[in-house]
Amino acid sequence: MRYVGVATATGVVMSACTNTIVDPLAGPGGGSTAGARAGDLIELGSGDIGILNYAYALEQAELRFLELVNDRPYAGISQKERQVFLDLRNQEITHREFFKQVLGSYAIPTLTLDYSSVDFNSRRSVLETAKSFADLATAAYNGAGQLLTSATNLTISGNIVSVEARHASIIRELISPGSADFAGDDVIDPVSGLERALLPEQVVPQASRFIKEVLNTSTLPKPMA
Amino acid sequence: MNLQNIISEIEKVDGEVVDRLAHVSRRSMFNMIGRKAAAVAAPTVLASALNKAYGQAAGLNPDIIDVLNFALTLEYLEAEFYNVGLDMPGLITDSAARIAFTQIRKHENAHVAVLKSVLGSAAIAKPAFDFTAKGMFPDIFKNYQTYLTVSQAFEDTGVRAYKGQAPRLMSNDAILTAALQIHSVEARHAAKVRDLRGQKGWITGNQSPGIPPQVYAGDEAVKHLEISALLPGVPYENATEAWDEILTKEEILAIVKPFLA
Repeated sequence: MRYVGVATATGVVMSACTNTIVDPLAGPGGGSTAGARAGDLIELGSGDIGILNYAYALEQAELRFLELVNDRPYAGISQKERQVFLDLRNQEITHREFFKQVLGSYAIPTLTLDYSSVDFNSRRSVLETAKSFADLATAAYNGAGQLLTSATNLTISGNIVSVEARHASIIRELISPGSADFAGDDVIDPVSGLERALLPEQVVPQASRFIKEVLNTSTLPKPMA
Repeated sequence: MNLQNIISEIEKVDGEVVDRLAHVSRRSMFNMIGRKAAAVAAPTVLASALNKAYGQAAGLNPDIIDVLNFALTLEYLEAEFYNVGLDMPGLITDSAARIAFTQIRKHENAHVAVLKSVLGSAAIAKPAFDFTAKGMFPDIFKNYQTYLTVSQAFEDTGVRAYKGQAPRLMSNDAILTAALQIHSVEARHAAKVRDLRGQKGWITGNQSPGIPPQVYAGDEAVKHLEISALLPGVPYENATEAWDEILTKEEILAIVKPFLA
């Protein structure tokens, strides 16, 4: 097994206590262009960098799926559905590229993604996968906010998460038009009105069915016990 | 703007926050909230866990109380808007729209209850509202299209409001997470209401028909931390849609002010 990742990231942690911003976002540019190989252990890193790499991994996975949907749209796709998937793909390109650039040399490699379990000829299969991704990404960002130490990074994840939630809402509307599923009781507690918040160790196993490398979440920040 | 300083400020105001929260297992609290079995108890669970940390809501640091009362003001506004709208004969007649607004109303009333339970005696009272916004929307409860327009404005404004305040909650993970869990629900609502209006679920550029321009001011941003979203193959519209921007508390209050009686 190869070990790939961000060996030096551990020492770079945002400090909330000084006026000096130790900014991983201004790290060396260029990013990692090297592709990983199936089976590699991907070290996400620690601190805010680890969380940003975790988000980068999810965005990579989501974007690849949307690229495939656009490349081979299912038979009978409606004009509206075509537009939605085009918008989603283009928007996710900006998310992925943001993380790649912001992480610079700390970025994990390009992941190997496998969507052979999705039937791209099936509207149902494609929409259900899209729904799972958007719901999962939203819950992931909701749970990751507390793990960040930098207000800047928290705001950035906030800029993105509501767009993921919009995607989830519209995809669910395409699946079940005219229903309450856009904000369904399966993802939003009907009594508290709070949406799911999932931690990395809950999210990664779900995303891993499409990711051929192994993401190591053990070095990521933990919520206070 | 130096957001790092805000955290420092919070730590100065509430330096013992970490010690006090050490006595509460927030992980178990989130697990409970996340589980279906605990659905009934969720607001109580949240409030009681937070009260364990602080003894009582009055023990929350002033900055957090300020943010939560700001959020409560918006939730009062939304909850009453849907409570009145759904009960108004002849306003929302389409059955699919009624299903949508009934779900949205359920969440907004729940958000009011959650925020009030966390704030306890520090919670502000519900203000009196003028949904015509001093005459800006005179037929608000008579014209479904007007109602949809204002609903979209409220939901998209709510998204920007929570997003903008999140950094001020960083000293308290439980409250920050709860705020984020509300934030994404507002975004789902916004997308659905936009869809009902025949708009895209996401915000293109910085305007939408019939909506006061302040609601989308600055939302056309395509640069974040100096990184441009204008990439090969990505049209400008998509680059703006991909990123929802914050509004400050002052900007939000300026939008809300006409709706206060």
